Amino acid sequence: MRYLPHSAHERAEMLGVIGAPDIDALFSAVPKPALKNFSLDLPAHSPEFLVEAHMRALAGRNHAAGDGPFFVGAGAYRHHIPATVDHLIQRSEWLTAYTPYQPEISQGTLQMLFEFQTQVAKITGMDVANASLYDGSTGTAEAVLMARRLTRKNKIVLSGGLHPHYRDVVKAYLKDDPDLVCLSPSPTGQGDILEQIDGNTAAIVIQTPDFYGHLRDLKSAADAAHAQGALLIVVVTEVVSLGLLEAPGALGADIVVAEGQSIGNALNFGGPYLGLMATRRDFIRQMPGRLCGETVDADGNRGFVLTLSTREQHIRREKATSNICTNSGLCALAFSIHMALLGEAGFTRLARLNHANAIRLADALAGVPGVEVLNKTFFNEMTIRTAQPAAGLVERLARRGILAGVPASRLLPGDPEVENLIILAATELTTEADIAALVAALMEELA
Amino acid sequence: MSMNNQGRPTGVGTAGTIASGSALLPDEPLLFEIGDTEHSGVDLPEIDLAEDRLGGFARKSKLDLAGLTEPEAMRHYVRLSRLNHSIDSGMYPLGSCTMKHNPRLNEKMARLPGFSDIHPLQPVSTVQGALELMNQLSHWLMTLTNTAAVALSPKAGAHGELLGMMAIKAAQEAKGEAHRKIVLVPESAHGTNPATAAFLGYSVKPVPARDDGTVDVEAVKAALSPEVAAIMLTNPNTCGLFEPQVIEIAKAVHEAGAFFYCDGANFNAIMGVVRPGDLGIDAMHINLHKTFSTPHGGGGPGAGPVVLSEALAPFAPVPFIKRVQDGLDLVEHVEEQALGRVTAFHGQMGMYVRALTYMLSHGADGLAQAAEDAVLNANYIKARLEHLFSVPFPDYPTMHEALFDDSFLKGTGVTTLDFAKAMIDEGFHPMTMYFPLVVHGAMLVEPTESESKQTLDRFCDVMADLASDAKAGNTERFTAAPMKAPRRRLDETRAARQPVLKWERPDDLPQVAE
Repeated sequence: MRYLPHSAHERAEMLGVIGAPDIDALFSAVPKPALKNFSLDLPAHSPEFLVEAHMRALAGRNHAAGDGPFFVGAGAYRHHIPATVDHLIQRSEWLTAYTPYQPEISQGTLQMLFEFQTQVAKITGMDVANASLYDGSTGTAEAVLMARRLTRKNKIVLSGGLHPHYRDVVKAYLKDDPDLVCLSPSPTGQGDILEQIDGNTAAIVIQTPDFYGHLRDLKSAADAAHAQGALLIVVVTEVVSLGLLEAPGALGADIVVAEGQSIGNALNFGGPYLGLMATRRDFIRQMPGRLCGETVDADGNRGFVLTLSTREQHIRREKATSNICTNSGLCALAFSIHMALLGEAGFTRLARLNHANAIRLADALAGVPGVEVLNKTFFNEMTIRTAQPAAGLVERLARRGILAGVPASRLLPGDPEVENLIILAATELTTEADIAALVAALMEELA
Repeated sequence: MSMNNQGRPTGVGTAGTIASGSALLPDEPLLFEIGDTEHSGVDLPEIDLAEDRLGGFARKSKLDLAGLTEPEAMRHYVRLSRLNHSIDSGMYPLGSCTMKHNPRLNEKMARLPGFSDIHPLQPVSTVQGALELMNQLSHWLMTLTNTAAVALSPKAGAHGELLGMMAIKAAQEAKGEAHRKIVLVPESAHGTNPATAAFLGYSVKPVPARDDGTVDVEAVKAALSPEVAAIMLTNPNTCGLFEPQVIEIAKAVHEAGAFFYCDGANFNAIMGVVRPGDLGIDAMHINLHKTFSTPHGGGGPGAGPVVLSEALAPFAPVPFIKRVQDGLDLVEHVEEQALGRVTAFHGQMGMYVRALTYMLSHGADGLAQAAEDAVLNANYIKARLEHLFSVPFPDYPTMHEALFDDSFLKGTGVTTLDFAKAMIDEGFHPMTMYFPLVVHGAMLVEPTESESKQTLDRFCDVMADLASDAKAGNTERFTAAPMKAPRRRLDETRAARQPVLKWERPDDLPQVAE
């Protein structure tokens, strides 16, 4: 077996040193009926080329985004990843390193995390960011819990524009909680969240651009929340939008959670992704997740360590701020390298290009009979109402080789309000030809 | 050296920052000290937006975000990488972490466009291969554990643990027994166990360990009551021992109306050799990044699928896969579903691909051999070192970890931490220290099956040499260590007391007298 270094001779020699007659003697604490008392319905070991053939056959049964026109978004976005990013993250020293608990031999990972935290703080306009969380959805649930700890109040209001999966994750974390208010889906971008804020409110959660692509007014939300002593949690599922939109921190956000996948990370059918979290300086000690901080070593040289770990489970056990003990290190590295390659100039240009392509898409769709574009504002994503139920229409377009977006009913089943809605995204990878193909196909299907 | 008020050297490339480096391991300035806002390593057209649809929300301020061209970025990240220890460059004898070899075929397969370039919300008719892959991975996990169901979606071990305990809570509520508010957790448990139980509103009742390092079924029975919802037990436990009374414990727990959550962090010791379902577990998370070789990546991403017994299977979260007439369907919503969803989308697909690739490479026979080799290696280390190191629980053969304690260092002036840091100078990552908490000055060594006999012999020689040196009073080798790493010991107290969590322009910081 190619991954196991011992020869039979070496195994026997080692058993001799141990003084065990055979390998089973080392499993003597296992109750007899449970030890190897079965045969497994699983194949035996296989050479590399056969495993590769098996996996290629499975991969070949999927329609990859690059195979044709592609407009799917709704929380995960297809962007170009520079070749440099994937090359670098596969270096052994990044890929196969452990969590940097031994800082003297982990300065690479630690300095990268310090740079990552700085980048996230800058694009969100916040004081500090952590070293990443699992993804945007679990990050949102963590932010809600953090707001409760900070305010010692309970009521949480989720905007109707919050991604339905994010809402569901918060609901699972706060199961049956009477103080959790989830507003109805709001496909037209109208919000009634401000009316919900009262003296018992810990936080309101607003996504922008929202699930339907509309841009939300953060400033008035922050003012209304702060007037009642509540916090504003801002969720961003398309982090490229921060290249063009005002930073949430500049508009009064108290906690910003984002899905960072768009920068440096492939679609991967939904994971692994990258949760970003940033907040105000005063709130650091209630923030979940790992934090990297600067210090000096015994010779006075600058170095970095994981810090403020007294918040974490391995020290605090049942008193920890969260049970999290993993971040999304390699995804954070991919993000940080891609963001370093972009820099402010590239990040801004990338965002503009996305927006320009989305305008092109919206204008083209508006010209299709039987299609109504619902958005007055958007970044790179929008919602259309079609003359036919969206799910069947999207399926028929897929058969033509066009992945035309997400039917809102896939995430909000049984809601007649959204049955005819499709959410579509354009990115820098969307071409004129892609848009033309979509428009032509829609015209035929809706004729 | 000049310093600002954050204690940061203000000049990059001053003598002070070079001193610790060597010709091939240069210190590397921060990205923000190399790049600026005009440099970029990506060629994108400059678009003049004649009009926008941003509704007045366009950004007016600058981000001050530094960029690098491609050659600068390559050098920055290659240089930084060289300051890391990694499994490819040396052994990681880290107990409870299972730092095994990460096969590169896994990486190659995860990058096939049919896996990496598919969207979680594209029509299920266009991702039948992905669903089939998830189905095959589920079959492997359920077969290896002899369980009825598996929830793939948790993002990491602790997340899986949370889901497993949520399922137990939902099952207790469905039985009309929501009043059960206590979870039993042995003192040797990993810190996530009590954190998870507390998060779900349970009070944690510790179960003391026996003198031999295992859990006593009588102690469990004494702690059980109609208020107990579950026990969270790690098996093999954190002392590296298989719980000999695990079947009796499971039986007692079930008779008391409670569930058995098994922490699967140590599954590497028994995969293909013992099926946890045969021991009576109800839920167990499996760390794909430990047992099934997906890379640790410097701290994630992980993946923590949870296998569930028949009793808990109805409480699995969405999504799950169902076979339908014309293929596979992904069930993303269930009416009146008890648990709902613990993450957006479908979990860590990239890790599923790597884990299944690993399983197919090893096969059932290879996985069992890997578990046996992992156990063989740990026992070999224990046998070679027990005359120099103190072994707190000598009664049983160890499983995949060898546990020592620091009583052999008594009176030497060398602490466990000093000893661990001295290992760095010998090219080894330190072992896990001060864990499990039930052993004073614990040193937990997990070699995994990936290490050759030659490496294990060198490791044992080094450990023996260090132990002799400590006993001989050569304390400087320890108290000053590490001396050959890119950094000497770092001031963690200072980092926590005055947290500096991001880079700021030196001009923006108030300067102190130099």
